[in-house]
Amino acid sequence: MRVVVLSWLLVSFPALLYGATEEIQLQHTNIDLHDKASLKRGARIFVNYCLTCHSASYMRFNRVGRDLGLTDQEVKENLMFVGEKVGDTMEVAMRSEDAKEWFYGVAPPDLSVVARSRGPDWLFTYFLSFYLDPSRPTGVNNLVFENVAMPHVLWDLQGWQKPKYKMEVYADGTEMQVIERLELATPGSQTEDEYRRTVRDLTHFLVYLGEPARLERERVGPWVLLFLGVFVVVVYLLNKEYWKDVE
Amino acid sequence: MMNAVAKLSRTTLSWIDARFPLTKLWNEHAAKYYAPKNFNFWYFFGSLALLVLVLQILTGIWLTMNYKPSAEQAFASVEYIMRDVEWGWLIRYIHAVGASAFFVIVYLHMFRGLMYGSYKTPRELLWITGMFIYLTLMAEAFTGYLLPWGQMSYWGAQVITSLFGVIPFVGDSLALWIRGDYVISDVTLNRFFAFHVIALPLILLILAVVHVMALHEVGSNNPDGIEIKATKNANGVPLDGIPFHPYYTVKDLFGAAVFLIIFLAIVFFTPEFGGWFIEPDNFVPADPLQTPAHIKPLWYFTPFYAILRAVPHPLGGFLAMGAAVFLFFLLPWLDRSVVNSIRYRGWMYRVALFTFAVSFVALGYLGMQLPTPTSAFFARFFSVLYFAFFVFMPIYTRIDRTRPVPKRVVYK
Amino acid sequence: MNEKAVDVARRRFLTALTTLMCAVGVVFAAIPFIAFMKPSARAKAVGGPVEVDISKLKPRELMVEKWRGKPVWILRRSEETLAALPSLDDQLVDPESEEAQQPEYAKNEYRSIAPEYLVVIGLCTHLGCSPKLVPPGAGRDLGSHWPGGFVCPCHGSQFDLAGRVFKGWPAPANLVVPPYRYLDKTRLLIGEDRVII
Repeated sequence: MRVVVLSWLLVSFPALLYGATEEIQLQHTNIDLHDKASLKRGARIFVNYCLTCHSASYMRFNRVGRDLGLTDQEVKENLMFVGEKVGDTMEVAMRSEDAKEWFYGVAPPDLSVVARSRGPDWLFTYFLSFYLDPSRPTGVNNLVFENVAMPHVLWDLQGWQKPKYKMEVYADGTEMQVIERLELATPGSQTEDEYRRTVRDLTHFLVYLGEPARLERERVGPWVLLFLGVFVVVVYLLNKEYWKDVE
Repeated sequence: MMNAVAKLSRTTLSWIDARFPLTKLWNEHAAKYYAPKNFNFWYFFGSLALLVLVLQILTGIWLTMNYKPSAEQAFASVEYIMRDVEWGWLIRYIHAVGASAFFVIVYLHMFRGLMYGSYKTPRELLWITGMFIYLTLMAEAFTGYLLPWGQMSYWGAQVITSLFGVIPFVGDSLALWIRGDYVISDVTLNRFFAFHVIALPLILLILAVVHVMALHEVGSNNPDGIEIKATKNANGVPLDGIPFHPYYTVKDLFGAAVFLIIFLAIVFFTPEFGGWFIEPDNFVPADPLQTPAHIKPLWYFTPFYAILRAVPHPLGGFLAMGAAVFLFFLLPWLDRSVVNSIRYRGWMYRVALFTFAVSFVALGYLGMQLPTPTSAFFARFFSVLYFAFFVFMPIYTRIDRTRPVPKRVVYK
Repeated sequence: MNEKAVDVARRRFLTALTTLMCAVGVVFAAIPFIAFMKPSARAKAVGGPVEVDISKLKPRELMVEKWRGKPVWILRRSEETLAALPSLDDQLVDPESEEAQQPEYAKNEYRSIAPEYLVVIGLCTHLGCSPKLVPPGAGRDLGSHWPGGFVCPCHGSQFDLAGRVFKGWPAPANLVVPPYRYLDKTRLLIGEDRVII
C-alpha cells in the first residue's frame, strides 16, 4: 500500500511531494475560515496550550480580535495575560535560550506561519498522532514527526495513545515491525469526537494565523473579478467594432 | 465649449510638438506603425510582458518601502507587509505571482518566435535583444527569490552560487566572490537586493525599449512569416498592414483584460498556486544549519535544472545548462529554412518543434522531482532531444520540404 | 479598409465606456497603493494611548512621557500658580484659548481637565523645539517679573504655566494639549479621550 501511495505521490502534483517524505497518510480536514465559532474556540486553545511556549510574533492580539469579531475588551479578557497591550504581538514569556534547555536543544519555533509550511492536514494529523514511547525523554513520540521534542501538551484532553504493531514483510524477505495504528490506552477528559473537534478548531485557528489576509482577499477577490468580467465584455465589443474595418 | 476645449488641446499639442517629438513618436510607434493584420492569439504576449513589467516595477517599489534587506529582519519584514501594512498582502502576492506570470508570458512569447520564425532575417537583433531580456529576467528572478529569506530562498541561492564552484581554477573564488561570504549570508542578501531593485530592473527597462525599437525598425513578423513591406500601395502603406492604433491597441486591451482575470483570480484565490509560485518551505525562516528535504528551483528554472542534473559530471552539467540557454542565441543562424512560418514548413520542423516543446515541459517536470534512477534516465533522454533540436537544425531545416508561401497574408 | 458605413455613434459610445471603465479601474487599483503608505498596524500599536501614573508627582514637578514619539508634559501646578494665571491675560496672544490647540474639554482658563494637572505636548508651536521649564525667579535674563513658565531654547518663545504663548515672540500659538482622559484619580490615559469598546 505504501508503495502505491508513494508512487502515486511521485507522479502526481509536485506540491504533494512535501508530504511524501512522511510515511503516513495524512488525515484530511476541511478548512472553513468563515466558521467564526470554531476559530474563537481554536484561539482559546492556542493561547492556553501553545502560547505558553511558542510565540506568534508576527500577529497582533487586536488583529485576531478584529478578524474574529471580538472587542478589544473581550480580547483582553479571553486571550491575553495581564500587562499586555491589545496592539502587542503574540510573544511568549519564555526566553528562547531557556526554552532550548528545557526542550532538549530545540527552541519551540514561532507558529505565525507554521500552517503555511506544514499545511492543515499535517497539523490535524500531528495533533492526533502522539503516542507513548518510553524511549523518548518526553515519554511520547509522534507518527508524523519522528522523535518530536514537544511533549503531548493536549494529553489531558485526548488521553494517552499506545501503538499497535504489525509485522511487515519486504520484497527481499526481511521482516520489520511497523506501527499499524494507535489505540487509546488512557482516556482524557474529552471523548474521541470531542478531541477531534478540538484539534480541528486549533488547526482552523493556525490556518487563519498563517494568513489572516486570506479572509480579506477572498472577500475582495470576487468584486475585482466581477468588475473585470464586465470590462472584458465592453472591450470585446469595442474590439469587434473596430475590427469590422479590416477584411 | 467643446470647440474651445478642442482648440486648447490643439494649441497645447503644437506647443509641445515644437519642443518635443510627441506626435512624431505617437505616429511612428502607434498611429502610423503598420502591423500585419493577421496576428493571432500568439501575438498577445509581447504587450502582456510589458504590462507585467510595469506591474512588477510598481509593486516592487511599494514593497521596497517596507522590506528590510538584512538577514535578521528580512523574513519578519515580509510577514509585516503581509499583516501589518494595509493591503500589503495584495502588493506582495501580485509581485510573487507576477514573477511566475512573467515567465509564462515570456516562454509563450519565445515559442511564438519559434513557430513563426520571428528570429530570421532581418530580425536577428530583435531576437538577440529578446534573449538578453530573458537572461536579465532570470537574474532578476534568482536575486528576487532570495529576498524573503525563507529556507528555499536560502538553500536555492546556496546551491546555485555553489554551481560556479565547478568551473576549473577560478570556480571556488568566483562562488565566494558572488556570495561575498563563505555561505549565503547577510552580505549576499544585501547585494542581491541591490541588483534586484535597481541594477537589473534598469537593464530590463533599457532592453525592453531597445527590443521595441528594433521591432519597429524591421516591422512585426506574422503567422504567415510574410514580409508585409514587400507589397505596398501607392502611398507606401503595406497592403496587409493596419495601423497599430486603434486596431491592436484595442485588441491588446482585450488581451490584457483576459490576462488580468486569470492573473488576479490566482492572486486572490490561490496565490501560492499549490506551491508552484510560493513554496511551503519558504515559510520557514532561513536556517544555515538545516537543509530542507527537497531543494529545487521554482518551476521556470526547472528545465535547466533537470539538464544540470542529467549530466553526471559536475562541470559537464554546468556547461550543458549554460549551453541550453546559449543555443537560443544562435537560432537565426542555425535555421537554414527558406520559409519563416511553421505553416509552410514540412513535417520535419513540425516534429522537431513539437519534440522540443514536449522535452522542455518534461524537463521542467523532472527538474521538480527528487532524483531517482528512473527520473535520471528520462532527464537524460529529454536532454538529448532538447539539444538535438538545435544541433540538427541546420540539417533538417535545409532538407525539409517546404510549401510555397503566398504573396499576401492569409486572413480568416 | 473598406468603405462600409461605420457606426460612429456606437464606436464613440464603446470608446467612452471603455475609457471610463479604465479610469475607474485605475482609481480602484490606486487604493491599495495609497493605503499601503498609511501608518501600519505596528505604527498604530506603537502610537497607541499611553497610561501614566501621576500619583507620585509632587507639586511644581514636571514629568515627561513619550507619546507618538513626542514629549508630553504633565505638570502639577500649585494653588498660587493657578490663582496667578488670569493676571497674565493681557500679556498673552491667546489667553482664552480661542485657537483650536486643545480638545474642547481643555478649553478653559487652566487648559486642563483637572486644574491641578497640566497636560501638553512639549514642542514649541514655532518650529518644534522642546521648551524648558523655568520656575519663577529662576530666569536670569527674564527679569524679576517672570511668573514662571516655559522658554524655548531655539528662538526664545515664552509660554506660561498653562502653555499659553506670550506676546512678542515668534511662536504663533499656545502649546498643544493632546487628547487624554483620567482612568481614575491617579492614572491618565494620553492619546485617547473616549472610552473605546
